[in-house]
Amino acid sequence: MSRWLQFDRQLREVDEDIGKLERLLAAPSISEERRTQVRRQMADMRRRQAQITREVFSRLNAWDNVLLARHADRPYTLDYVKAVFDDLIELHGDRRFGDDPAIVAGLASLEGRTVAVIGHQKGRDVKERQFRNFGSARPEGYRKAGRVMRLAEKLQCPVISFVDTPAAESRPEAEERGIANAIAESMLLMSELQTPIVAIIIGEGGSGGAIGIGVADHIMMLEHAIYSVIPPESCAVILEAFGRDPKRGPEAAEALRLSAARTKELGAVDEVIPEPLGGAQRDPAAAAQHVKAALLSALDRLREVPTEELVAARYRKYRDIGHFVEG
Amino acid sequence: MTHQRSENRPGEAVPEGLWNKCPQCGDMLYQPEMEQDLYVCRHCGHHRRLTARERTAITADEGSFIEHDAAMRSSDPLAFPGYAAKLEEDAAATGLHDAFIWGECRIEGRPVAVAVMDFSFRGGSMGAVVGEKFARAAEHAVERKVPFVVFACSGGARMQEGIVSLLQMAKTTTVVGRLKRERIPFVMVYTDPLTAGVFASFASVADIAIAEQKALVGFAGPRVIEKAFNIKLPPGSHTAEFQYEHGMVDSVVPRRQLRPLLGRILRLLSPAPKEDVQ
Repeated sequence: MSRWLQFDRQLREVDEDIGKLERLLAAPSISEERRTQVRRQMADMRRRQAQITREVFSRLNAWDNVLLARHADRPYTLDYVKAVFDDLIELHGDRRFGDDPAIVAGLASLEGRTVAVIGHQKGRDVKERQFRNFGSARPEGYRKAGRVMRLAEKLQCPVISFVDTPAAESRPEAEERGIANAIAESMLLMSELQTPIVAIIIGEGGSGGAIGIGVADHIMMLEHAIYSVIPPESCAVILEAFGRDPKRGPEAAEALRLSAARTKELGAVDEVIPEPLGGAQRDPAAAAQHVKAALLSALDRLREVPTEELVAARYRKYRDIGHFVEG
Repeated sequence: MTHQRSENRPGEAVPEGLWNKCPQCGDMLYQPEMEQDLYVCRHCGHHRRLTARERTAITADEGSFIEHDAAMRSSDPLAFPGYAAKLEEDAAATGLHDAFIWGECRIEGRPVAVAVMDFSFRGGSMGAVVGEKFARAAEHAVERKVPFVVFACSGGARMQEGIVSLLQMAKTTTVVGRLKRERIPFVMVYTDPLTAGVFASFASVADIAIAEQKALVGFAGPRVIEKAFNIKLPPGSHTAEFQYEHGMVDSVVPRRQLRPLLGRILRLLSPAPKEDVQ
């Protein structure tokens, strides 16, 4: 077990203790003297908890980061949508085959302006996880996203894309309906779309499934999200460098440089959005406020740019991705 | 995700290098005959994988191929464990600096920008060099107003370049958008094996996609799928023929018919070069 996961368990135990004290305070029979005592005790516990959290988070390694990004309590796309936007009309179906619950798409209102929202959606409990296919999108998901992005272009409103997927669906059914084509067409559409696009990697940015809705004018990534070409465990299994051993996933995670900070250094994201202390799952409301602030400032800036210039700059941004030696 | 297989590497020769064993039927094939047969087994029809050089040799009009950016190489942007050594190993084995060569040539008299991937270099995986060479080849096609023909075989994005490799999916696909705006025909040829990040990017958004018969073509490799989901795939799943059946490919042909078919396509896509006009 990772150090961080152990720590996370401890944190939750402290949360429970604080919760017990809170219930005690709420009891009508409690004396004023006891009330003051309990309050002091709670404040101490909170202070100590924050201090330990800061210490642990200053030493997170890449594997801790992977587990944090996959944390079951982490806010998902619809959690952010509910907290950030005033309204969402979800649109369903790709008008070709079906509706993919692993990608949500629709029109929403942000501070009075209409925006198009697309995003991978994971499930919270066992039933919803299955319904959402663990956030692994099928061809229909990418095609639905495409349909809504075209609508955004028509309405001249910006597209906001939330990225959070372990990988695209690769079962035979997805293959038969052209998952590779659906991802490629989606990237092509985003590269040419005549309206601003902002992408936010909120949890797992898993390879082709992620970049399939991840082409944008401005790419943001939450502080503890990951963005990777392959899950580190799979990478360890395939590469000799890790002895083809799945248990060496943590080493592969380090080597893949999949953290937000490293990803930004490599030029794959433009901005890292800070998370509340202990990670977004500790305070989803605060995380959503950070996302909202970053989103509003990015959209304000992109709205000023004439469309033609915007799309030309997007082309250059992708065309000029480098990292090679001329020879 | 990279899916690598070492079977079928060229040069698995028995003494004197003149006889080669067919990896499918085990028959002995005489080297000069193999070349004549385009490395297709005359007994069972098995298509041996071709190196990028062999592919250009059987595709381009004789002496017409001029390669560009041959020396471009990876900068190992992640300083990934063991990667530099692997690059050197593959370079020594293949004579290439990465899994992609591009240049200009004529195919059945028609000038084109052409690119060929090589599976024997890092499983044909796409990192920054593959992405940049793809972009330059496409730009050459735009400048010269000639069609762009790409032969792809690839295990996907190159793991050792991490997120930089993933970005190449977006980069190459973005460049395909420019081909569309500039009205440059883009023809893909799928060869064995073509999977993952390359299949799910530029290879899937061509104007015309043709595949060599029996080539493995799929988003995920079939063996990966069988293992991951604990299922048994029917024979023929994830092949060129399977993709044709599901509407992902325009035509599946044996190697022998590929060049004539490309010639016909190019005649329809591009006007005859000036010197050929009567």
